[in-house]
Amino acid sequence: MAEEKHVMTMLVDNQPGVTSRVTGLFSGKGFNIESICGCPTSDPGISRITITTKANPPVVEQIEKQLRKLVNVIKLRSLDGPKAVRRELALVCVQARGEQRTEVLRIVDIFRGKIVDAGLEHFIIEVTGEEEKIQAMLNLLEPIGIKKLSRTGPIGLIREPK
Amino acid sequence: MQLTGAQILMRVLKEEGVDTLFGYPGGAVIDIYDELLRSGLRHIMVRHEQGAVHAADGYARVSGKVGVCLVTSGPGATNTVTGIASAHCDSIPLVVLTGQVPTHLIGNDAFQEVDIVGITRPCTKHNYLVESTADLARILREAFHLARSGRPGPVLVDIPKNVATGRAGVPPAGEVRIRSYNPTYRPNGKQLKEVARLIRESRRPMIFAGGGVILSQGSTELSRLARREQIPVATSLMGLGAFPGSDPLSLGMIGMHGTYRSNMASSACDLMLAVGVRFDDRVTGRTDAFAAQARIVHIDIDPSSIRKNIPVAVPVVGDCRISLQMINALLDGGAAHELAERRRPWLEQIAAWKSTQPLAYRQCERIKPQFVVEKIYALTRGEAIVTTEVGQNQMWAAQYYLFDRPNRFVTSGGLGCMGFGLPAAIGAQIACPERTVVDIAGDGSIQMNIQEMATAVQYDLPVKIAILNNGHLGMVRQWQELFYGKRYSATRVECAPDFVKLAEAYGAVGLRATRPEEVEPVLQEALAVRRPVIMDFVVEAEECVYPMVPAGAPITEMLLV
Ligand SMILES: Cc1ncc(C[n+]2csc(CCOP(=O)(O)OP(=O)(O)O)c2C)c(N)n1
Ligand SMILES: [Mg+2]
Repeated sequence: MAEEKHVMTMLVDNQPGVTSRVTGLFSGKGFNIESICGCPTSDPGISRITITTKANPPVVEQIEKQLRKLVNVIKLRSLDGPKAVRRELALVCVQARGEQRTEVLRIVDIFRGKIVDAGLEHFIIEVTGEEEKIQAMLNLLEPIGIKKLSRTGPIGLIREPK
Repeated sequence: MQLTGAQILMRVLKEEGVDTLFGYPGGAVIDIYDELLRSGLRHIMVRHEQGAVHAADGYARVSGKVGVCLVTSGPGATNTVTGIASAHCDSIPLVVLTGQVPTHLIGNDAFQEVDIVGITRPCTKHNYLVESTADLARILREAFHLARSGRPGPVLVDIPKNVATGRAGVPPAGEVRIRSYNPTYRPNGKQLKEVARLIRESRRPMIFAGGGVILSQGSTELSRLARREQIPVATSLMGLGAFPGSDPLSLGMIGMHGTYRSNMASSACDLMLAVGVRFDDRVTGRTDAFAAQARIVHIDIDPSSIRKNIPVAVPVVGDCRISLQMINALLDGGAAHELAERRRPWLEQIAAWKSTQPLAYRQCERIKPQFVVEKIYALTRGEAIVTTEVGQNQMWAAQYYLFDRPNRFVTSGGLGCMGFGLPAAIGAQIACPERTVVDIAGDGSIQMNIQEMATAVQYDLPVKIAILNNGHLGMVRQWQELFYGKRYSATRVECAPDFVKLAEAYGAVGLRATRPEEVEPVLQEALAVRRPVIMDFVVEAEECVYPMVPAGAPITEMLLV
């Protein structure tokens, strides 16, 4: 069965050690984590952790069941498909000299990115969007020269009923 | 009123119905031990913390109560890990209390500091570090609730020294509520109707029962279902006793060392009702060949057990006893049409498997280990509580001692942990002082927690240890014999002590049998004295456990005697 990317989000007790219970489950059971992102919610007692994994459907089912079994996991939802909005933030430091500079600015513009730091030979670009969009921008920047890259991995929310 | 942490602990233990704990003291728990003197609780001082956990495990399994351990920080805590892991694999309800260095020293590499919460995270159902005395009562109540509810398991509570000495008020006891923890006890009714329909339609049904039936006290309902619908029952190692082993419908154990008829039935059945099992690889062998003709119904309280290893047709999430009760109620409605007639070919087939390939061994002039177990069964009239060590001894105990009731067979199933049997027997004997408790042991395993002989003698616990002394780490030797060209690498038990003298050195009784005719008199003598006894049965050294399914093969491909 084919492995595919899946994004899942969970509300957990905001207590010491909870993140390690979650990540320990993945490493202990041989599940994969592509990205993980966690922060407290508007309720300081609760945090939200969002994880992207790559697995085939039965393994995804096991991952979800095992996560639900953790006493500190309050609620778990899948963020796959159109029922959810997903966003990722990336900061990209690109090397840019001479005429490359206008090229970089044009690419940033196309992807509605922002320049958050500029020097004589570099820019740091901030961009948000779905993973595919970020990947598309990175593909264009790659030949120019990516010096450093930091990505959050996806976060997301389920859409409310219209 | 403000109480110290140690006083709060004693109070909650009593609230939870605890009367006995198994433990070993040290600096980090000295305040708790001081309070223990005034508490009226019974403390069993073991000789190694691993022994405390296995003893609490044995106690929990035969009493149905939560087993409780108390140990110090650092090495005391790390010594519990194997016991906790074993209880976790077998879903045994335990609360393990560990001392910890004072909160202000945590993280400083203080003397006898270890991150026991970190270490035991993957092998507990849940665990806690108590950060303040004010949290202690709530956490302890949650710990007991988690340990015994849903799919039971061990819960560890790490108590820093200053939490035990600090003071706080105690909130009144009430129902424990954990918002993220709500096990499903009552299964979905629609699923059960489907199960009832499948039972009525099937021609070759079988039940595969596991430890979940015993943990949920579902044996009576299971027997009702099996007998009324004439469904044969195989059990996992953990399920032995869930259905009477001497019942004509019993198929015995299934899997790597299962009976011929169990393993054959599993591949011929058209419906498998799997109740409270987790389809361990020691049961299924090659999974794609397992129960290949059957529709599988899987009933378990833990949703993550379902579809983990085996695809199933009807998943039922719920308590085994309640589910079986509801299935029985559904079947009560419709009459089984010519049931006996329908079942006859299937039951005849099973009877034929049983008569052509019964469990068997060849007698010789030396003692056969299977013969010893048969004699233990006969002389205890099948009424003993039997604990085991791990290896061949464990498998022969499982094969040749028939359990007609649950909570009588106590073995480290999932972890397969050598050194389990003696401390577990101690715990079982404490829970049932009037019953005969026998540890069926190996000469290798018994040496892993032999120090607990002192505990048995000190507390006057008349456990009977029957060592099937084959001079080898027999089960590993068996694999070497069968699959590694008889290259016996590191499997001779060299320099074993004289077990008779060893028993006497501890103040227990030591007996030995070297010839078949001595087996019965030795057993009779051992069972007659109300003292701990070690029986050294010098048995045939190169005996193998059969049937045996080579690892990874379909379970119908058995090596037979
Ligand atoms: C703690 C531990 N270490 C190693 C093993 C691997 N092992 C499984 S069975 C076995 C042999 C046990 O020997 P013995 O107690 O003499 O039992 P026998 O098989 O001879 O009856 C060993 C070493 C284990 N199960 N547990
Ligand atoms: Mg041996």
